[in-house]
Amino acid sequence: MAEDLFKALADPTRRAILDELAARSGQTLFEICSRLAMGHRLSLSRQGVSQHLAVLEAAGLVDTRREGRYKFHTLNTAPLRQITERWPPPPAPSRPESTP
Amino acid sequence: MKIQLTNVFVDDQTEALRFYTEILGFTKKHDVPVGGQDRWLTVVSPEEPDGTELLLEPLGHPAARTYRDALVADGVPLAQFTVDDVPAEYERLRALGVRFTQEPLEMGPVTTAVLDDTCGNLIQLASRPR
Repeated sequence: MAEDLFKALADPTRRAILDELAARSGQTLFEICSRLAMGHRLSLSRQGVSQHLAVLEAAGLVDTRREGRYKFHTLNTAPLRQITERWPPPPAPSRPESTP
Repeated sequence: MKIQLTNVFVDDQTEALRFYTEILGFTKKHDVPVGGQDRWLTVVSPEEPDGTELLLEPLGHPAARTYRDALVADGVPLAQFTVDDVPAEYERLRALGVRFTQEPLEMGPVTTAVLDDTCGNLIQLASRPR
């Protein structure tokens, strides 16, 4: 499970897909391809993007839902918790006392 | 050489005519019976009555349905129409109950959105490049 997560995050194109899904939840494959082409200058084939999405889905980072005849992709950040559970971040710096 | 006609395959010509005229705002140009239930049915933009006609073609060939359904599943539009203001058109059409699979999205010089024509196709709206 963790292996799938790290493998999924290791690729810059897949990270770009996650960035775009974070910007708007629920995108068709067409919209994801358009955003990669226009926003990241990544002109991949639809098949290429589909394969990246399959890797992200296997890692639990992308969920798909069918709505009637369409298929939408959404970001799921829940698996990222494994990272902070394994290597917890330092405690947040305590806020300085507010001056009256 | 000129492009005078292009087409979309529609599930139901009567329903398609209603959507393309009453909702999208095109004007009926030709409506000629061609045998059986089928009609030679075209619409044009009221801004260009002599411009390119869109043929609302009956979905006759079984392969057309397979092709069309595969595009729809991935959200791929079959045709693109130009509007002045995509967000404004999006709001207008949404208020009329039109379903969008892609909300307005700025892509460099153009803004696009994708809607369902209720007759089996996705249509992209695009603004003229600024």
